[in-house]
Amino acid sequence: MKEQKDFLQLFNGCLPVEEIINSWYGRFKNSNYGAIVTFIGVVRDENKIDGLSFDIYEPILNNWFDTWQKNANEKNAIVLMAHSKGDVLNHESSYIAAVCSPKRRVALELIDEFVEDFKAQAPIWKYDIINNQRIYAKDRSSVIKGSGILL
Amino acid sequence: MVRIEFLGPINKEDMNLDINNLTQLSEILKNDNEVSSWLDTCAVAVNDTLVCSKDIPLIDGDKISLLPPVCGG
Repeated sequence: MKEQKDFLQLFNGCLPVEEIINSWYGRFKNSNYGAIVTFIGVVRDENKIDGLSFDIYEPILNNWFDTWQKNANEKNAIVLMAHSKGDVLNHESSYIAAVCSPKRRVALELIDEFVEDFKAQAPIWKYDIINNQRIYAKDRSSVIKGSGILL
Repeated sequence: MVRIEFLGPINKEDMNLDINNLTQLSEILKNDNEVSSWLDTCAVAVNDTLVCSKDIPLIDGDKISLLPPVCGG
């Protein structure tokens, strides 16, 4: 379980939440982590959308995730993540993040930082699905650090 | 040649350009109607590493990616 793909998993369509969470718990419950904190993102029914759709640029996502894994490892913790590619309908899950740590405080603080940095920096683009069309969620998107150098 | 790819919603075919630095790329893209409006909010990666400055020499075979604003989860 040293490969990145064991910690960062991408799925076509909605996430099989129970399968993912059970698998992580099964893998790490004997690793003496006193705290396993999970965050499950669920697509809300709002603004007349039928769901969300996602594009991912995997090479930079992998680099971003590796940096986070090193950061977590320095605190004797690990991070785990699953995300959807393509369409995810309302009330399904597109994103799960988790932190396993010997200590509760480390896990609770890291999950907050990890999820917030993910939202701000991970190279994933979100679209609303309305009437079978994908509409870029521009207003909800964040500019990546260092943007605008070509202007 | 340097390959330029436009990620996510920019929705533009890759370009192959004979350029030596990002300043040259900037001049080309500022005059491209499909891309110019994205430039102020796009991050830039050279060979899949994000960069914060235009002062980076480019060599044959390099890949440049433009990353518009993101929203995972």
